Amino acid sequence: MKTFKLASVSALSLVAASMASTAQADDLTLCWAAWDPANALVELSKEFEEQSGHSMSFEFIPWPNFADRMLNELNSGGKLCDLLIGDSQWIGGGAENGHYVKLNDFFDAEGISMDDFAEATVYAYSTWPKGTPNYYALPAMGDANGWFYRKDWFGREDIQAAYKEATGQDLREPQSQKELLQIAQFFQEREIDGQTVYGASIFTERGSEGITMGVTSALYPWGFKYENTPGSYDMDGAVNSPEAVEALEFYKEFYETATPPGYTNSYMGESLDAFKSGQVAMAMNWFAFFPGLYADPNTGGDKIDFFVNPPQNQAGSTLGGQGISVVAYSDKQDAALEYIKWFANPDVQAKWWSLGGYSAHNSVLNDPGFKDSAPFAGDFLEAMGGVQDFWQEPAYAELLLAMQKRLHDYIVADQGTAQEALDKLVEDWTEVFEDEGKL
Amino acid sequence: MVPMPQDPATIAASATPPRVARKIKGLSDRAIAWIFVGPTIFLLLAINIFPLIWTIRLSFTNFKANRNREVEWIGTRNYERILTDSDIWLNMQATAHFLFWTIFFQVLIGFTLAYLINKKFKGNDLWTTIIVLPMMLSPAVVGNFWKFLYQPQIGLFNYIVAFFTGKDPSSFEMLGSVQLAPWSIVIVDTWMWTPFVMLICLAGLRSIPDYIYEAAEVDRASKLRQFFTITIPMVLPFLMLAVLFRGIENFKMFDLVVQLTGGGPGSTTELTSINLKREAFEKWRTGYASAYAIILFVTVFGLASIYVKALNKVKER
Repeated sequence: MKTFKLASVSALSLVAASMASTAQADDLTLCWAAWDPANALVELSKEFEEQSGHSMSFEFIPWPNFADRMLNELNSGGKLCDLLIGDSQWIGGGAENGHYVKLNDFFDAEGISMDDFAEATVYAYSTWPKGTPNYYALPAMGDANGWFYRKDWFGREDIQAAYKEATGQDLREPQSQKELLQIAQFFQEREIDGQTVYGASIFTERGSEGITMGVTSALYPWGFKYENTPGSYDMDGAVNSPEAVEALEFYKEFYETATPPGYTNSYMGESLDAFKSGQVAMAMNWFAFFPGLYADPNTGGDKIDFFVNPPQNQAGSTLGGQGISVVAYSDKQDAALEYIKWFANPDVQAKWWSLGGYSAHNSVLNDPGFKDSAPFAGDFLEAMGGVQDFWQEPAYAELLLAMQKRLHDYIVADQGTAQEALDKLVEDWTEVFEDEGKL
Repeated sequence: MVPMPQDPATIAASATPPRVARKIKGLSDRAIAWIFVGPTIFLLLAINIFPLIWTIRLSFTNFKANRNREVEWIGTRNYERILTDSDIWLNMQATAHFLFWTIFFQVLIGFTLAYLINKKFKGNDLWTTIIVLPMMLSPAVVGNFWKFLYQPQIGLFNYIVAFFTGKDPSSFEMLGSVQLAPWSIVIVDTWMWTPFVMLICLAGLRSIPDYIYEAAEVDRASKLRQFFTITIPMVLPFLMLAVLFRGIENFKMFDLVVQLTGGGPGSTTELTSINLKREAFEKWRTGYASAYAIILFVTVFGLASIYVKALNKVKER
């Protein structure tokens, strides 16, 4: 009897202990890039901490090292991150290499429907293989490459008159890529209030993804395609099409004739600096920065306005943004999934947008008041309607670095022609896909 | 009874615990030597030889460290690809350009400075300290502040050049121009490491006994003749050693150039070490990068061996 009692007490203790452990508070670590929206997420997550009892830690990595640092973390099976807001291009590798937890069963169990999120974001941030209902992330941060400009300069009568005289057209938000270049060239080395200003800052960075993100913002409006037939990896004639060559030559002309001196290796930070210091009339950057730009006391408010990447042969914007995934190596997956469930809540998504994050939830985007909720909200919606993304293959890093090299060699180092650069890119990519066994 | 005075070795031996002493007692000198050398050999094998053998093995495979797929033996394909890749030969050329000119300028300026510093004058020590300052800085810091100095709109370097040439400071980009970028990294490396060469040369110069010059004076040898027949031959082994050190260091140059140009514009300053890092840890082509590393290792090892033989011959003279 004594033995039975002892066993019962032990069993009860074990059950109680296991129950206590399921209800115990965890310290979750969320990894992301260090930028404005990350600060908004810290603010937003306080609500989760209050509701769940879990505490949140954050690991924010500067953009130039973000991919390197995080992909190394995943590849080594590291336990630093429980939740990762990873770039859209990582989804293939994340899924195939087992870095991300597949979320289908969890979504089904918790009643989270991907139909509640913008279709383009679900396709880009969540699915692998592309377009299939296999979800490895929840759309967390919608984003695209857009433009902003000095509204105060555009509105000045003397500048408008000078533009009219120089081009015969009215100075306005550009309606095409070629008009964008024309405006940038007009501002290049122009004296405004005693200062020499320049046309626009664009992306030319060599080390990570900068120049590729910039150039694709020209390639997509010209109708660039990665493959002749989607899924075939048949790239010759698509990647190096006459339209792609024309777009690449356009970007090179833009770099040579309408950017500040020394902009040979510039990305997000340099673009923001150039604009905020009053050096440039226009700048390209991700929508994620627009709330901060609008709030800037020197160049924001009435002095700034925004426009979507202008079309040429068609509308097209380079996709940014990320989905939030649960890292497969985390010991706190249950708590991490709790966070995802909380984050998918429409109320939380509405608050996310109000704090400066770009929600991809339809309840936020389809709200009648959304377009007027911020000066860039309408442009964001328009941009997300025409986004295209880079390869999301597991070998994306090889594909990206090959493109970085070919583009920088042609545009900044002035080596060879646009046709040669794209032909070589096809060769590089073909080699990668052959190594992958896909060709 | 008065205790006998003991020498330190006896004191140390008597301090050995009896159990250990009993154990060691039965061992031969050779065995004791192995006990001392063993851990070092083990470490050498573990952290040098094993990784080298493992790298050689990987170089014949298509292994990618970030992928969960079967590793295939692909023979010499990686080596063939590397040796027939024109882009890699361009990286080799960029490395050779960097190596040759940095060593050339560092030896020339370093020896000249050492020769001047070796003369006795007031403030000699202060100048030596000032000259060696750059090599005490971190390459990352040096890279960052030279990046500002080279900035076409606000950079001091451009303004100094403009002052002497009458050019517009923003009319040229040291880091952004294909023609100037390779020279911009040569200038920074020379600025940073010339003091190192200077110190080695200075050691060489100070090792020459005064009586040799005095004997030359007695023989009425001119200063120029003394320089070429005494100074240069006696400093040459030191100079060659400096060239060896700088050559090996600059062959694997990474941090300074990454900070300055990131390998750009295009791939103009992409030295082999930068390219190798991209292949190994950004593209994760582990097998390919292993073959690349082996090729570079053989090149450096081969060149260094030939050079050391030449150095020994110079020393024997």
